[in-house]
Amino acid sequence: MSILVDKDTRLLVQGITGGEGTFHTGKMKEYGTEVVAGVTPGKGGQKHLGVPVFNTVREGVEKTGANTSIVFVPPAFAADAVMEAADAGIDLVVCITEGIPALDMVLAKKRVKSAECRLVGPNCPGVITPGEAKVGIMPGFVHEPGRIGIISRSGTLTYEAVGQLVEVGLGQSTAIGIGGDPIIGSTFTDLLRLFAHDDGTDAVVLIGEIGGTAEQEAAEFISESFRKPVVAFIAGQTAPPGRRMGHAGAIISGDSGTASEKMEALEQAGVTVCDSPAVIGQTMAHMLS
Amino acid sequence: MKVHEFQAKEVLRRYGVAVPESKVATSQDEAEAAAEALGGGTVVVKAQIHAGGRGKGGGVKIVKGPTEAKVAAEAMLGKPLITHQTGPEGQVVRTVLVESGMDIASELYAGIVLDRAAELPVFMASSEGGVEIEEVASKSPEKIIKRWFDPGTGLLPYQARELAYSVGLEGKQAGNAAKFFIALAKAFVETDASLAEINPLVVTTDGEVIALDAKINFDDNGLFRHPDIREYYDPHEGDQLEVEAAKYDLNYIKLDGNIGCMVNGAGLAMATMDLIKHAGGEPANFLDVGGAADVETVANGFRILMSDPNVKAVLINIFGGIVRCDRVAQGVVDAMEKVNVDMPVVVRLEGTNAEDAARILNESDLEFLVAGSFEDAAQKAVAALN
Repeated sequence: MSILVDKDTRLLVQGITGGEGTFHTGKMKEYGTEVVAGVTPGKGGQKHLGVPVFNTVREGVEKTGANTSIVFVPPAFAADAVMEAADAGIDLVVCITEGIPALDMVLAKKRVKSAECRLVGPNCPGVITPGEAKVGIMPGFVHEPGRIGIISRSGTLTYEAVGQLVEVGLGQSTAIGIGGDPIIGSTFTDLLRLFAHDDGTDAVVLIGEIGGTAEQEAAEFISESFRKPVVAFIAGQTAPPGRRMGHAGAIISGDSGTASEKMEALEQAGVTVCDSPAVIGQTMAHMLS
Repeated sequence: MKVHEFQAKEVLRRYGVAVPESKVATSQDEAEAAAEALGGGTVVVKAQIHAGGRGKGGGVKIVKGPTEAKVAAEAMLGKPLITHQTGPEGQVVRTVLVESGMDIASELYAGIVLDRAAELPVFMASSEGGVEIEEVASKSPEKIIKRWFDPGTGLLPYQARELAYSVGLEGKQAGNAAKFFIALAKAFVETDASLAEINPLVVTTDGEVIALDAKINFDDNGLFRHPDIREYYDPHEGDQLEVEAAKYDLNYIKLDGNIGCMVNGAGLAMATMDLIKHAGGEPANFLDVGGAADVETVANGFRILMSDPNVKAVLINIFGGIVRCDRVAQGVVDAMEKVNVDMPVVVRLEGTNAEDAARILNESDLEFLVAGSFEDAAQKAVAALN
């Protein structure tokens, strides 16, 4: 078992003929993901990497039964691409694109919600259920199938955590990078809800960072109703206030959004919080032993 | 992106937000002429730097007429202005804004930010103008009135009226304030701002509602559709190494420590800084070489972080996914062959093509401290300082 993506995922790639789209479609197919359709307006009717290309998502869904989409469309057009997928009846949209204006995402998120679609990202590495499907840009080879769920605001730090879990013999049920932007489709809380009901997940690693209050909201949800063990790490303990640390969402404003505030909230919710990012794997192993 | 007050006011004027009459000056003579052109009466001379706290630092002077304006401008231009936000070295003033004086009846606050939890922009108004809004928020939060609005519709007229009445305005003043609020919200949305703050927002004795000060930050991700705002970028503001890094699309932020770091990915970069601190060291910078790091990016990043004179050791931490470790290794070798490196360099390369990377480092004539794990890397870097 797993969440979001699995063997039944039928993937449509938005922006399939672009550089990123081409490269990662190849990698996802190599991993075993079933890529059934691509969309690039104006290039409908072609085949790209053996995948049929359509002008619109709606046509792609009608002709191939795609249920999931991944967006590699440039930032100026990405919010529109997300809304197109939601309106075409796609269940899960994973938006990889980095650099989408925040106000575009305000509108896109609202639209996605009203279409009862789920969005992951933007500005994220995507979702992987090891051994079943990879809908993202993460290096597939570092992952192993298993029973630990991962939710992270970061990309490479997630790979680091996955590497540490594998080293102590723990595989992953599903790993999700939720993205580093101020407005994102799925929050920690949204995904914890799914992991709570997933029989294939025994425990969850939560990797947060400075900025916003999503970790505090997750802490509240965990203390109220999440019964599986959670190990957390918050990046940016040494980050100065007022400076954007790479991610648009990673900025401490005033006294709020600091790592210590988030760590304290999670600890109070019964989460095991790692001080060091080097001990995520061993902390989880210790907790489950 | 941050802009100067006079630039923020230019933007606001375009959207019909009331701002005082003013002129920009870059010399004392221009300042004198500006005061003359504004009628020769009382004017305010305001130093244009990005940092806040200008008034307390002596960067805002109310003067009577052109001659005094010239003197005030002379005292500011070309000299560093030190405020609580500039750091001890201050920021050199290159431009002043000369603004008409006005008869102020009351000072209010108006601001807009994106509320991440609500996933909507929030308009905040307060009767407590002219003081730090954070202070109001912590001491008397009930004095900040909030209304959330959809960027698709803008701030609704009734919301603007509610805000105006709730900060204590009546009659003509309330009408003018509501008009001001709607225009400000429109400016925020249409320019892809991330913050717009009018503090103080003043009500004059004849009932006008005017932005006495204005601060706008723009969403970097939205700049592609606002070439006019991108023009406002001031390379003199901010750390010069950061300005240099931005030219190469590198995300570099200078910090106070002595271990230079180069990492791929923002989260991993922050975690690396944290780990250095845990090992007893201090990071000299945040540097994310991004997801598409190639030989050139890495070489530029390396050169920039090395040009910080405080750096005494370098830590390179790469978890290759899409980024190939061999390319990073080649970039580091290329850069080190060009730059004279006289300090320890600790390298930890994991993930895609890590073995090829190790070979490239070994075959070079350069000296590296190779670390096996994340933790090992931080410890080696801290140990190398001694």
